[in-house]
Amino acid sequence: MNELIKHAKELLEKGEVAAVIGYRQVSEKRTKPVIITEPEETRALVFNEYCLNNLAVYLTKARIKLLGRKNNKSFKLAITAKPCDVHSIVALIQENQIDRDKIHIISFNCHGVVKDFGFDFNGDNLSSKCITCETHKPLYYDKLLGEVKETPQARDSALERIKEIERMPHNERFEFFRSEFDKCIKCYACRAVCPLCYCQRCITDKTIPCWIETSSHQRGNFAWNVIRAFHLSGRCTGCGECDRVCPADIPLSLINRKMTIEANNLFSFVSGRSLETPTLVGSFNEKDNDELFM
Amino acid sequence: MDKQNWEPKIVAFVCNWCTYTGADLAGTSRLKYPANCKLIRVMCSGSIDPVFILKAFERGADGVLVSGCHPNDCHYNAGNFHARRRWDFFHKLLDFIGIEKGRLQFSWISASEGKKFADVITKVTEDIKAMGQFTSYKKMNSEFTVDFPADLAELEEPVLQESFDKETVK
Repeated sequence: MNELIKHAKELLEKGEVAAVIGYRQVSEKRTKPVIITEPEETRALVFNEYCLNNLAVYLTKARIKLLGRKNNKSFKLAITAKPCDVHSIVALIQENQIDRDKIHIISFNCHGVVKDFGFDFNGDNLSSKCITCETHKPLYYDKLLGEVKETPQARDSALERIKEIERMPHNERFEFFRSEFDKCIKCYACRAVCPLCYCQRCITDKTIPCWIETSSHQRGNFAWNVIRAFHLSGRCTGCGECDRVCPADIPLSLINRKMTIEANNLFSFVSGRSLETPTLVGSFNEKDNDELFM
Repeated sequence: MDKQNWEPKIVAFVCNWCTYTGADLAGTSRLKYPANCKLIRVMCSGSIDPVFILKAFERGADGVLVSGCHPNDCHYNAGNFHARRRWDFFHKLLDFIGIEKGRLQFSWISASEGKKFADVITKVTEDIKAMGQFTSYKKMNSEFTVDFPADLAELEEPVLQESFDKETVK
């Protein structure tokens, strides 16, 4: 960890970056995001299996962007990111939300994180995104830290659950999702934590005309969760933060995962993997599949 | 309404330049097609937001049809290409969530295809009729999801009659 602190301190001292977005240990098995602007404060920075938050979400916030502009000059922002968080950063760059030149990515050789704070790090408590993870080394970075370690083996229960749902008849599937979405309390934590939900005004906040009912009645809950999933289909990088923060335990990443699989099947596209390719829903191909249309 | 006389409610989102004009042609050609579709004219198939479709289902539609210009025919050059990608996703999502594929249908109808317009409307209406009412979505409109017996009258009458008989005997 000394390497991380040393590197971050150097960046701040030299004035290369205006701030470092990183993690701070708050207890034995819990970390918190922290935004550091002073070189001395960098000693709090850590990186371990309990760094769950996807810090890319902060890059889209107006107040964080303002940190990069001091005295009419623009500075870089440094961010510590797991290889999967780098996917989110890449997706944000693709969608012109941030500038690659203005971000200094400090990434790590990652061997997985726990599913939630407070758990021991082993195969049973591995986060579901880490089970199928293929990028233990980040695709894009400015500084690579950490050692290569073995990821614990675990069962891909999320994929099994998707297949289980697909075997159900349509009315049972509808009933399953209706009852799941019925638990929603409309806290919008899934939206707040998602790096790709960066709209200044979300469609659900636009109430004249009211397309998505804002009360947590099951009709509005259904519409909100379907539209949330749709707005992320083909864009979701699969960081699984929505699943982790949902206080009602709605299987949000299950739907996201399904749509990621569909995007791969239909267009052989996985979001956030390459800076060169255009976004999926922002582009088109004349030879796209036309079977759906009469 | 009993099952015999039930007619499906279908909402059709059609683009101004092709499908709506095609519908005009079907009308002026005196073609016959079922009157179950309520046409909503929008400027382009690319401007149809998926929330429109969810709203249609919320307000009691049994099926939705989305129709626009053929690929390469779009008045705005690329509107329907963008729409096509979007609908691919939305269709797959709804299928996963539990809305059958036939409930939401898509077509390309150009301004000169009055006959095709009549055929598509007939086919969609028949499909939805075969599928029946979209009860699972409509059930969400009530505050509490209570499964009422299929035929309330049939079940309750004998019970009422029985208790009435007992009381009069006393």
